[in-house]
Amino acid sequence: MKILIVGGGMGGTIVANNLARRIGTEVRAGKAQITMLSASDRHMYQPGLLYTSIGRLAPDELYRDQRSLLEPEIEFHVDPVETFDLDNNRVVTKSGKTHSYDQLVIATGSRAAPETIPGLAENSVNCYTEAAALEMLRQVRDFKGGTVAVVVGVPHKCPMIPLEVTFVLHDYFKDKGIADKVQFQYTYPIGRLHALAPVADWAKGEFARLGINTTTLFNMKEVDGNKIVHSEEGETVDADLLISVPPHRGMEVIEKNEMGANGFIPTDRLSLRMEGRDNVYIVGDTTNLPISKAGSTAHFEAETVAENLAALIKFGTTVRDYDGKVFCFIEAGKERATYAMFDYNNPPAPKAPNKAVHWFKMAYNQLYWASARGLL
Amino acid sequence: MSERKIIDARGTYCPGPLMELIAAMKQAEVGDELEILSTDEGSVNDVPEWINKVGHEMVGTTQEGDVWHIVVRKAK
Ligand SMILES: Cc1cc2nc3c(=O)[nH]c(=O)nc-3n(C[C@H](O)[C@H](O)[C@H](O)COP(=O)(O)OP(=O)(O)OC[C@H]3O[C@@H](n4cnc5c(N)ncnc54)[C@H](O)[C@@H]3O)c2cc1C
Repeated sequence: MKILIVGGGMGGTIVANNLARRIGTEVRAGKAQITMLSASDRHMYQPGLLYTSIGRLAPDELYRDQRSLLEPEIEFHVDPVETFDLDNNRVVTKSGKTHSYDQLVIATGSRAAPETIPGLAENSVNCYTEAAALEMLRQVRDFKGGTVAVVVGVPHKCPMIPLEVTFVLHDYFKDKGIADKVQFQYTYPIGRLHALAPVADWAKGEFARLGINTTTLFNMKEVDGNKIVHSEEGETVDADLLISVPPHRGMEVIEKNEMGANGFIPTDRLSLRMEGRDNVYIVGDTTNLPISKAGSTAHFEAETVAENLAALIKFGTTVRDYDGKVFCFIEAGKERATYAMFDYNNPPAPKAPNKAVHWFKMAYNQLYWASARGLL
Repeated sequence: MSERKIIDARGTYCPGPLMELIAAMKQAEVGDELEILSTDEGSVNDVPEWINKVGHEMVGTTQEGDVWHIVVRKAK
């Protein structure tokens, strides 16, 4: 059986490694083959970008060599897919090669698309790519005082970023000794400060304590050249430094191949199969599922898909459904953190923040690499 | 008007039904109807609050078992 994995980020890497451990014998006996195609020879620890944007983590510290993260049974090529020919079970890559498959996994991720809101790309900074994080660092470092506004588009990856970027910048200007010259204006698309109600309640108290102004039910419509953001709801927010969490889209290759609106592929919420396709699995940010676009989501989905692909080889059938599981760390400042864990049947109920969870989160920044290798 | 788009946000908490609706609304054409399925009772208030604030139209809300079906129309 030929298994082809497109995308070498969090989701694709865990599928490949988890699967290689389960079917190593079959691969070595020539009965199965695992091939990964990716767009880069490097793997980025994306959460680190937030710290790059304030100068705490150098860009080279974000990366590992992708090959070094993969089990030896996995054939790896840096050659991005340009055409998905799903009717004929094959893809064509940038270099012109054709790869056929019996089972396909697509995990090409998502990207910030500030250009989809008029004026946003020109007038705001964000921490979603290395180049963007470095530009954010430049503007944050040069900022002498005024209003910092945080604006949030939907959908976006990592639901904690709107709050985290606000707390991190607040601390940054405090440490720099200019807190008294900086006002914060936090906005959020729905009628509270965060999607998760218990987190929103907690943030409300913290923001009041720190003197951070908030506007909810605020969805960006356009940004004019004076950094004034106009909302769909008819309100405006002015900024001297505009920090955005841009709306996201899936990769262009998905849009070009007409596999899903805005590059998000219609996916069955339990089987994680692409709708209408029996041998195409979708993992991570690329799904159109209404769940968090986060590394943990990609991780739990990847484990489900790897187990099912191995089961197809060993039992001739898939063996389990994805239960909607998501896990998010929530940094609460003062070296305290908590976490939220939930699935389709169990709502989140975060406990009071403590130091132990904070230190575990710090350790996770390194453990990420063990997690990508499928060891955690 | 095209066929009604269904957004199945049952059992999802983050980003949650309203944020999914906001994202879907951007893609819709004026006059399109969207139906959001939610198991979060809060949606019964959240969704109309946003729809009224932004100036779209509420079509109706029904409950089947523990699932709320909230139908809205893009008005502008
Ligand atoms: C600033 C920031 C902070 C974050 N913080 C957190 C956090 O604290 N916790 C958390 O859980 N998540 C966090 N995330 C989100 C997390 O990084 C993503 O949700 C996760 O990486 C998604 O995994 P993925 O496999 O779907 O996509 P990605 O990891 O983005 O991987 C996509 C892969 O596809 C490849 N690719 C793209 N196009 C093609 C093509 N045409 N052909 C072949 N390959 C292709 C890319 O090269 C890449 O290897 C954060 C993200 C950012 C940006």
